[in-house]
Order: sequence, then C-alpha cells, then structure tokens
Amino acid sequence: MSGHTGAFAEPTPVPDATARAMRRRAALEEALLPPLVALAVILVAGDLLILAYGEAPGAVWRLLAEGTWGNAYGIGQVLYKATTLTCTGLAVAFALRAGLFNIGAEGQLAAGGFGAALAGLALPAGTPSLVAIVICVGAAALCGGAVGAVPGVLRARFGAHEVIVTIMMNFIVLALLNYVVAAKLHVPETLHTPTIRAGAVPRLASSIEAFHGSAASWTIVIVAAAVIGVAWYLFRTRAGFELRAVGLQPAAAEYGGVNVPRAWRNALMLSGAIAGLGGVNYVLGYKGYYEDGFAGGAGFLGIAVALVGRNHPLGVVIAALFFATLSQGGLAINAMVPKQMVDVLQGIVILAVAAAVPEVRRLVRQAARR
Amino acid sequence: MRRLFGLLGVLLAAHLVLSFVRPEGAATPPVGEGLDIGIVFDLGGRGDKSFNDGAYLGAERAMRELGARVRFVEPGEGSDREAGLRLLAAEGMDLVIGVGFIFTDDLTELANEYPNVAFAGVDYAVTVDRAGNPVAPPANLAALKFREEQGSFLVGALAALVGNSKKLGFIGGMDSPLIHKFEVGYAAGVKAVCPDCQVISQYAGVTPEAFRNPGRGKELALSAYQQGVNVIYHASGSTGLGVFEAARTMQKFGIGVDADQFNEAPGFVLSSMIKRVDNAVFDMIARVKDERFEGGVYQYGLEQDGVGYVYDDNNRALIPDSVRARLEQLKADIIAGKIIVPSSR
Repeated sequence: MSGHTGAFAEPTPVPDATARAMRRRAALEEALLPPLVALAVILVAGDLLILAYGEAPGAVWRLLAEGTWGNAYGIGQVLYKATTLTCTGLAVAFALRAGLFNIGAEGQLAAGGFGAALAGLALPAGTPSLVAIVICVGAAALCGGAVGAVPGVLRARFGAHEVIVTIMMNFIVLALLNYVVAAKLHVPETLHTPTIRAGAVPRLASSIEAFHGSAASWTIVIVAAAVIGVAWYLFRTRAGFELRAVGLQPAAAEYGGVNVPRAWRNALMLSGAIAGLGGVNYVLGYKGYYEDGFAGGAGFLGIAVALVGRNHPLGVVIAALFFATLSQGGLAINAMVPKQMVDVLQGIVILAVAAAVPEVRRLVRQAARR
Repeated sequence: MRRLFGLLGVLLAAHLVLSFVRPEGAATPPVGEGLDIGIVFDLGGRGDKSFNDGAYLGAERAMRELGARVRFVEPGEGSDREAGLRLLAAEGMDLVIGVGFIFTDDLTELANEYPNVAFAGVDYAVTVDRAGNPVAPPANLAALKFREEQGSFLVGALAALVGNSKKLGFIGGMDSPLIHKFEVGYAAGVKAVCPDCQVISQYAGVTPEAFRNPGRGKELALSAYQQGVNVIYHASGSTGLGVFEAARTMQKFGIGVDADQFNEAPGFVLSSMIKRVDNAVFDMIARVKDERFEGGVYQYGLEQDGVGYVYDDNNRALIPDSVRARLEQLKADIIAGKIIVPSSR
C-alpha cells in the first residue's frame, strides 16, 4: 500500500500486462489524489475565509497567483523560499525514512547558517570563490550535522526518544547562537554578524536580469544537488536500503543483519546536515551574514513539507514549492486579507494531507504502539 | 478511491461557485491618484501594544485626517521584510515605512534602488563609518529616532517626587547602549529633583532573550522593592510584565515604557514613558502630503511630542498638582535647552 519498493514489499505474483497496468493506475491515483483533494480543500476553505473577511475570492486568488508565479520576481521569491524549505523538508523526510521524527530542523538550519557565516568570516578575502563556497557549504552541513548527531548518538546509545531530544536541541542551539551573536559577534545596533569575506553565492539576478530584486540565488543548484544525492543515497546505496529497512521494521532489519543503532545515528546526523545545508540559502546567497532568527519557522514548516511530500525527495521539492507559493502569496494578498489567513490555510493543508496519506496513518499507529 | 474522487469533484464545484461571489464593499486594490502609504510591520506585527501598534495608530489618524490610503504588510520570515518593502515601492506608493531597527539594511538598499519613492524607518539604526562619523541615510530616506532619554528624564523626576524613598529602581532588558539611554535619562531626572537619591539599576541579561523574560523581571523587581525602593521604571519589553506583577504583589509602583501600560497592573502603574511612534508616522505622512518630505535623521523628542509621559484619568489621583507643575516646568526647560539630558553613560 505504502508505495515503497524493496525487499520488504509484499510478495507479488508475476503479473500479466493488464494487471500491471491496473496496479500502475492505482498507484498513480494513490499518489496524486490525496494532494489534489488537499488542494481542493484549501481552495474552498480559502474561499470561505476570504468571503468571511468581506473580499471577493476570485480577486484575491488572482492577486495571489500574480504575486507568485505571475512574473519573474515572484517566481524568484518562491524559488528562494522553496530552497530553504526543500532542505528542511528533506531533512525531516530523510529521518522519517528511518522511522525517526526529527523536529530539530529549526535549530539545525540555524546552526548551518551560522557555520556558513563563521567559515565565510574566517576565510581571507581573496579566497577563490569556488573554494570558499565549498568550504562554507561544508561548514553548514557540518554544523547542522553536529546538532543532529546529538539526538542520533543519544538514540543509538541510550534509546533516548529522538522527538524529545530534537525538540530540546532547538532551544539549546537557538539560545546559544542568540547569545554568541548578541554578545560577541554582532554589528552594533543590529542582531547580525559582519558580512562574510568570502563564500558569497551570486544571486540569480546576476545572470538573469529578470529576477532582479528577488532573493533567489544559485544556492538553488547546491540544494538541487543535495536532493539528487539524497534520492541516490536512499534508493541506490546499501546504506540507504538499510536505513529504509530500519524505518519499515527495525526488528526484521536487525534480524537481516543491519546494525540498527548505527543506522539511527547516521540517519539523524545526516538529517541534521541536510537541514544545516539550508542555512546557506540565506547566509551565502541572500544577506551575506548570519542574522539571529533568520530561520523564522522554516525548520518547523519542514515537517509539513515532508508529510505533504510523502517523504519522497521529489515530493518534498513539490511540497516546498507549494508552501513557498503560499508564503509569498500571503505577502501579495496582504493588502486585502490578513496574513493569518495563509497561516490557517497552511494548517488546513497539513490536516487534509495527514488525514489522506496512508504513511501518516501508519506512523500514528506506530507511535501509538511505541 | 472512488470516495476521494467524488469529494474532489464536489470541492472543485464548490470552489468554482464561490470564486464568482463578490461581496458588497469588497476592496479593489488601490492604484495611482491620491496619497498612498505603505507600512511594513516588524515580526510580531499588530497587537504588540508597542511600536507596531503605534505605527498603526499614526496611519489610522492619517487616513482620517489627511485622506491617506494606507496598505499594511506583515512579514513572516527574514526575506519578507525586503519583499514587503519592494512590493509597496514597486507599486508606486508615495511613502513606504519600515517599522523597527531590523529594517535598516533593507530600507537603505531599496531607497537607493527607488530614488523617487520616499522611505522612512522607525528606529532606523544610523551606521557609523570607520572614523566614527555617522553615515547619512540616502536622500529619500528618513530615519525616525526618538529621544527616549528625555521621556525617561521626566518619569525619573516623577518617580523621585512621589516615590517617598531615597532609592529608586530601574530594570533594563538587554544590557546595551540602546537601553542605557533610558537608564541614564531616568537617573538624570531623579538627580534633578533629588540630588541625594540613589538609583538601583539592574539588567535582565545580555541577550535579546532579556526582553522576553517576565520571570527574571519579577525576581529583579522583588529584590529592588525589598531594598526599600517604591517605584521601578522598566525598559525591558515583556520582561516588564514581571515587574508589574511584583509591584502588584508588593503593593508598590512600576512605570511602563513605550506605550501606556496602565492595563498591565491597574492601580500599580504610576505612569508610562511613551514613545509616540504614532506621531512620528503621522508627521512623515503629513510631510509627504505637503511635499516637504526630506531624507535625513529626524529626532523626535519632547519638543516634537515624540516622547512623553502618561497623565490621564487613570493616574491623576496618584500625581499631585504640584508634582505635575514641576514636571511641566522640567519639560519646558528641556525644550528650551536649559536642561541637557545625557543619552549615554
């Protein structure tokens, strides 16, 4: 039912052509229908909210579309927001594949951004751009990974529940970064670090004039590479296979010879690294400095992105684009309806998808059993 | 699956019908003609009972009295600040206002990019070059600064005059130059009317968290009250809620900051040092309307009615007429330049 492939899928008889076609159709329906229904639900819910506010739904939706996908600037903004959300969504999805709930993407994202900024500040100004970017991106992944390693090791060694540990790590990391920036590293009268000396990633607008003014940068390529890398790791490597096996059925995986604690540790550590990578979008690609609070909830929204994206790298990218559109669209329609409407719609999407997606039902059942 | 298909159909049909509904009085997005003002709030937005609400009040008054059309944008995450300002600037607003020091970089960038649009930043942080000289903001950007030390001076004098103790309390949020301004002004006000009085100053911390820590605020306030302090002035964001809580417990007084905080502890709030963001915002809109807007640094002090203290029906009983007269005299002296209030340690 769940659409996973691999050794743990139910054994199937050799199918004839029609049966195969029917199964393919069913699989397609199952993949596409829930998100479509969720979309229809938010359209109707949005209509009702807009009407309750005394505006015309048609006009508001049109404004939303124009402000997001209607011009290059809007598209750039959506891409920018989607880049960060892809990383945090991918991070959550990655851990979920191993059966672990990483709620710490917010802190990992911030740590990654901070790491990138630190590396960019430490490098001498003349460092060749490509070298500097590689070092800064590596620093981001390293810092995010370090934050993710804590719940990973605690889970592997002591069986500490990762939900609790990752939640608590958010507070620790954010407070620590807040202290370091506010007390040691900030530019006077602001809450951000000085501008990095090396490692800045050019904006999209520097090569494509139409994107002028939008925050989108070539970090989008770095993140796209990460998406492909994660997909490859999950579905084409032995480690990824083990990780998914552990996620589906830890006892069976262990019986099959998988070192389960090690898989847990690696999953959370890599998950943290992926979330940390998202920090480069703001720090290297946009502002050029680490600013306290830049994550702004993108880490938590990553959970929704992973759920709506059904834990598949491609699904995560689509879901990230969707949530980014909502977020940017909320800004565009702010003149007519309050921003909170978009927040409500986000919540409704999550509920609608959660109710419709079989994986979620399974996860809830599993969590109830644990 | 079939059920989901059916649901999908029903929902889409409902949406199709609903999207053609046009309620009466639905707004058409404003364009062109008239006085168009755009305001981007700081994170937190309206309802903060502080400068976001202040900016809203000023804009509301401008709508009433100047016929301005005002659009508000509430940003979500970091990049929304620039996006919001850009959205408004690109639409050809006559004036775009960013509320909060955090807009400093974004405003500078956009003011350079849209030289024909007027910009204003509430609490805009004027940067300093290597030699220590302030860097002037772009010619179409107004930096709205407030002389918090002057308002603090008056509440300091008030605290000393009605406090009935030689010890006065001050509680700051984050230990930083911005808050020292309040402390120094307050202490100067105390000394002006009571040279041998002593100000007990405490800070809640060294990070921005110190502005959001009511528990710590209560702790600090209780210790000050127990040392014989009867009035505490706080400049500490929501940490101050703890100060008022302590005032209520000890049956003593607190003094609010930024906005009128009487409602936080009715009966135990002596007064509040108010920052009239509403007046500054209204002033800017009026300047744009009369075509006398200019970029530069604007200082809103007592003279411009940019800062002040609360004296109304709620606290009139607590402030005798002689004290009120004394405060008004001090205010006149500051405006006349006879008293120079210090703003840094």
